[in-house]
Amino acid sequence: MPEPETTPAPNVPQARVVRRGRLSRVWIVPVVAALAGAWIAVTKVMSEGPTVTIQFKTAEGIEAGKTKIKYNGVEIGTLQTVKLSDDHRSAVATARMEPDTEHFLVEDTRFWVVRPRISGASVSGLGTLISGAFVTLDIGDSKKSQREFLALELPPVVAREEPGREFVLKAPDLGSLDAGTPLFFRRIKVGEVTSYELAKDSKTLAVKVFVLSPYDELVTANTRFWNASGVDVSLTASGLNVQTESALSVLIGGIAFETPSTGVDLPESDVDSVFPLYENHEAAFRTPAHDPQTFVLVFHQSVRGLAPGAPVEFRGIPIGEVVSVDAELDAKSFDFRAPVTISLDAQRLGVHVISLEPGADPDAVRRNVIDSMVLHGVRAQLETGNLLTGALYVSFDTFPDAPPAMIDWSHKPPRMPTVSGQLETMEASVSSILNKVDKIPFETLGTDLQKSVADLDRTLATANAALVSAKGALDNTGRLVEPNSQLTTDLGNTLRSVDDAANSVRVLADYLERHPESLIRGKPQGTK
Amino acid sequence: MTAVAPTALQLGLCSCEHCGLLSRAWPGHEEGRCPRCGAGVELRKRDSVQRTWAFLIAAAVCYVPANLLPVLTTKTAAGSDSDTILQGVVLLWSPTGWPLALIVLVASVMIPSAKILALAYLLLSVQHERVDHHDQHGRLYRIVEFVGRWSMVDVFVDAFTAALVQLQPLMSVSPAPGLFFFAAVVVLTMLAAESFDPRLIWDCDGAPEALHAGT
Repeated sequence: MPEPETTPAPNVPQARVVRRGRLSRVWIVPVVAALAGAWIAVTKVMSEGPTVTIQFKTAEGIEAGKTKIKYNGVEIGTLQTVKLSDDHRSAVATARMEPDTEHFLVEDTRFWVVRPRISGASVSGLGTLISGAFVTLDIGDSKKSQREFLALELPPVVAREEPGREFVLKAPDLGSLDAGTPLFFRRIKVGEVTSYELAKDSKTLAVKVFVLSPYDELVTANTRFWNASGVDVSLTASGLNVQTESALSVLIGGIAFETPSTGVDLPESDVDSVFPLYENHEAAFRTPAHDPQTFVLVFHQSVRGLAPGAPVEFRGIPIGEVVSVDAELDAKSFDFRAPVTISLDAQRLGVHVISLEPGADPDAVRRNVIDSMVLHGVRAQLETGNLLTGALYVSFDTFPDAPPAMIDWSHKPPRMPTVSGQLETMEASVSSILNKVDKIPFETLGTDLQKSVADLDRTLATANAALVSAKGALDNTGRLVEPNSQLTTDLGNTLRSVDDAANSVRVLADYLERHPESLIRGKPQGTK
Repeated sequence: MTAVAPTALQLGLCSCEHCGLLSRAWPGHEEGRCPRCGAGVELRKRDSVQRTWAFLIAAAVCYVPANLLPVLTTKTAAGSDSDTILQGVVLLWSPTGWPLALIVLVASVMIPSAKILALAYLLLSVQHERVDHHDQHGRLYRIVEFVGRWSMVDVFVDAFTAALVQLQPLMSVSPAPGLFFFAAVVVLTMLAAESFDPRLIWDCDGAPEALHAGT
């Protein structure tokens, strides 16, 4: 410190002395700042989780730095970059995961993007309309760690950790089913269609359904699955039939299942068991044919109103159903016929194969029983089930008067004899009556009638004259029998004479009785 | 410098910043107490260069997390979003919003860094006695000091937003760690500018020895 060169104001007071150290305490500030910065940096590095690469088919809806990776709604990572892949066919995103997510990233972990998805079967991810798409994952079971993943196109319908079992349904066509179509049990949603594929034979579809636990226990060997899509209205021989499932399935379709009670607890069905998918509830619960037999009934009448599926009844008891209705022409007799193929539950007809003697051929026994039934007059006929729609059904009944017939076992399937239906018989009688009526010669009859009437007229005139004469005769007769007439007087006199004569005879007879000797001796004197 | 009036330092005088009393410096000592009001008086700010360096280094340290960490967390129905200052600039940068983005960029990124650089430059110049254009250096210092108070605007706006936008559960804004570092940068640069003694700029030619004594 240089000495002041001048002293401009001697009366300026002297400042008091303060002593300090050389190094300012202010250095604490940068040290604190550095410590804070270092601490932040350390925690940042420590909190950084693993980085993964996910390949997406399309980067639609995902954004670098924004799109989160969520698991059960919890954010576990963020996409850092989104780039095109080297072949420009897909988008490759790198994501920084939260710490402690190492165990999520294993070989079979599946990633996919959750976007608002409105498919035929479900509406999902509506929240993402506001929040934007996010990436979610299904944690795999594998132990092998992995950092590169190929994202799924569509979200897997069933997450891996959900308990339940998968079953396969065999369906003739897909209908309104789709992955995600709900599966109902008593209208509770208990599962979903997970996938579908064409069966190897290309004739049926294998629809895989996932049934959530504990409902999967309800699926046993005799569980029936049916397509519960929409409203099923059918007009059959038994009337109008409307079947609906829950409102949801009316809108988007669905599959329902039910296990008919058999009294026997069947074991739970195995995973991947194959079940038929019936077209509706009715089809699913149509009495199952225990011992189905196919027969052909040939009708020589209109089969209008007879549709496949129409019931076959024996005196009102369903014993089978119509399989198909065809037409055929007998080339020889030029006779059009309608062969109706039916499926009969022979057991319901009383042919209990179970009650066979051991060793007996069930086919032969069944054949014998049916043969004897036909022999006793059992015939098939078409009956009108519904007068409104004209729907027909096949009815079996006993017709003792039916002409004798036999089952034609030579045909495949065998042909059963038929009789005309009631309506048909009625029609036949009416038409025969009409034919007879038609034959009456009404014109000739009319002319004859006219002639006859003229004759009658004449006859009547004659009759009139005759009547007049008759009247005259009667009048005469009347006069003859009048009380004072000559005839009456004469008649009275005569009768009196007869009376007298009779009296004389009586007296004589009495006398002779008392005196029979007088016949010989004559009347004694003195006596009367 | 020629034809310049002697400085207070040269005359061994210092004025009290509180009561304005002019007093003679104690020989051999840089500072003392005002004999009238007892406030500290000094020929030059105490440890000016050292203190300025300290604040500047602290500011520079805080500048890194201030820009790397998010300053605001916005929670909306769509989820929460944390943005750093630069992300905010990128977000705002659009054909219509670019002026706003520019303001944020200038006020929040460029000014603090410019302040730090300017002060560092001034300090180095003073330390190495390389001050040739005193007026320019002086103007630079005044700019730094003037701008300092406005740098706080950012922090103020963010804090204000955080306090106002609390429409829970629809939307809420809360400060994120970056904001505190950002505030620290602003405060530390202001302190650095405050602790820098502009008189050192002119000391460079007049009394180099005095400068050395002051550091």
